[in-house]
Amino acid sequence: MTAIATPPTASSSAPAAAKSKPLSTLLYRHRWLRLVGLLSLPLTWLVGLYIVSLALLLVTAFWFIDPFTSKVIPGFTLENFALVFSEPAYVTTALRTLGIALAVTLLSAAFAIPLGIFMAKLASPWLRAVLAVAITLPLWAGYLVKILAMRITFTEEGFFNWVMAPFGITGPGFSLLTVVLTLTYLWFPYMALPVYTAIRQIPVNLFDASADMGARGFTTIRTVVLPLLWPALLAGSVFTFSLSLGDYIVARFVGGANAQMIGSIIASNINLNPPVAAAFSVIPIAFVVIYLVVTRRTGALERM
Amino acid sequence: MRKKLMAISATAAVSALILAGCAAPAAEEGSGELVFDVPDVPMLEELGEPEGQVDIIAWSGFVEPAWADTFTEETGCVVNRRVAGTSDEMVQLMRTGDYDLVSASGDASLRLIVGGDVAPINRDLIPNFGDDIVPGMQGQLYDTINGKVYGVPIGRGANILQYNTEVVTETPTSWDIVWEADSPYAGQITAYDAPIYIADAAVYLMYHQPELGIQNPYALDETQLAAAVDLLKQQNEIVAEYWADPVAQITSFVGGTTVAGTSWEILRKLAADDRMQGTLPQEGSTGWSDAWMISSQSDSPNCAYLWMDYTSSAEVNGAIAMNFGMAPANAAFCELNDEAAAHCEEFNALNEDYFENVWYWTTPIEQCLDGRTEVRCTSFQDWTNAWATVKG
Repeated sequence: MTAIATPPTASSSAPAAAKSKPLSTLLYRHRWLRLVGLLSLPLTWLVGLYIVSLALLLVTAFWFIDPFTSKVIPGFTLENFALVFSEPAYVTTALRTLGIALAVTLLSAAFAIPLGIFMAKLASPWLRAVLAVAITLPLWAGYLVKILAMRITFTEEGFFNWVMAPFGITGPGFSLLTVVLTLTYLWFPYMALPVYTAIRQIPVNLFDASADMGARGFTTIRTVVLPLLWPALLAGSVFTFSLSLGDYIVARFVGGANAQMIGSIIASNINLNPPVAAAFSVIPIAFVVIYLVVTRRTGALERM
Repeated sequence: MRKKLMAISATAAVSALILAGCAAPAAEEGSGELVFDVPDVPMLEELGEPEGQVDIIAWSGFVEPAWADTFTEETGCVVNRRVAGTSDEMVQLMRTGDYDLVSASGDASLRLIVGGDVAPINRDLIPNFGDDIVPGMQGQLYDTINGKVYGVPIGRGANILQYNTEVVTETPTSWDIVWEADSPYAGQITAYDAPIYIADAAVYLMYHQPELGIQNPYALDETQLAAAVDLLKQQNEIVAEYWADPVAQITSFVGGTTVAGTSWEILRKLAADDRMQGTLPQEGSTGWSDAWMISSQSDSPNCAYLWMDYTSSAEVNGAIAMNFGMAPANAAFCELNDEAAAHCEEFNALNEDYFENVWYWTTPIEQCLDGRTEVRCTSFQDWTNAWATVKG
């Protein structure tokens, strides 16, 4: 780049300048060298560490297992995939996980939109700052700490039942609903922040214009805010959806007896039967890829 | 170089196993004794100079500064501890070859021995491993395969039935309150969240459905496994939650989510809640017995042997047992002082009748552990798949 910046001088001094910065000159002359220099490190990281390790994991899905010692034996079989798709319990688990991830995404969006509108358009600057901190603060706490906090909240003699007892309400205990609530609590910031930023960027006079033309609050949200918000919502949903899809610790701690997720099955197989774990891990990958493709079609990813 | 040799012998062992699988089952006729194809790993002949350090994989509470520091002072071997959470993790870590010792439970030891990951032990080099070892921990299947000793016993315990006396007012005599659909505590039951828990169902079936012919809860053929899974599915309807994490189990009981279910003595104590009591019902139970095992790739065998000897002494073995909350392997500990005697009493260390009903965790394998040769038993992989179907 410095080679470009060097102003053209008298012809006698040009070779001297070139001599003093041979590397810059070389890079200036060869476009591909510049590209290699720029991309080699991140590409090594991406291909070498990320993609290769994933591929190494996935290839074991075609391998055998020694039933005695649990050692994997290289080979080729489709039995592991057959097992994953033929066992009803595995299929139900996959569908349940998909449902949980979608529910978490919808719930996060339902909370994020009103909160975003309030923060961006109604709250005083001071309150806005407080709310922004309040949303991001949970990100500073440990993941397990937050899950255990939810566990204590929803236990039989816990906070929720204690507060609700006067109203005759008992909480969901440890169940699928608690899993959805906990995951929403965990991943909400990833939805709230892009939504809030998007709402801030909507000019105030659009709201005024809408009101001038007689639209009430909800009509304004439906016809003005939501269409402008769509890309941000989808961007946030990519996070909440994929993060929920891969989780299993939450199901383990607040899920009760019937909240087995894809991750639970992978975790219980990873040491005893790595090929089945690898075959099963293809399912969330497929879900996320489908989701990303659908999202991309709406154009949301370009504006992320 | 050494590692390479080991790798070769391990590969040979695996192929030998595959061949053995095709040929007739390796169980000996008549005696009922099981014989396995175990790779020929050399045993340490005599002690040399300590290497200066030893790497140990252990359950939490087995290697603590309270006794590890004294060991380092006496021998010059620095102890590097790696705490593992499950038996499967231990097996995985031992296969890396980076560790010298492991505190293996029965469901890990068989895999380690047959996989050629651990070496036989020379008892002559461990003077403390002597006659004081409680009878119930000598001659275990997985510690003395094919006439060789592979493990130095540390301690044992039973998976007990824990209950909240506030709700379960009478001491349960049977596990039926956690298995039967008409349990008075339906919806408030907890169960262990691991495939090995299938054995608990098998123990219950052994007692209540003798017609199934279960002789050993870790040797289940297809029909027996299916019966156990049906029982577990029936239990799933009355389970409040499964536990894999000790802390989760304690909060589950103390928080009132569950009032009865499987537990360990140490967890009952840790709960520090007078309402929690434990019992060993008439059907018996599953349990565990742990032993030190030395890696076949150990680069500090001398320090490893010194550690096994040191921790087998009455004092140190007792300290580990008290810290973890289990019955010590060394009976001499129980005579040291009143505190030790009380601990042995509480954990039934010398009560072989108590442990007679306890089936120590063992790896289920295709070769039936109860000596049957006419059927193929279900392997741990089958159990893992079955476990996923229980939780649907």
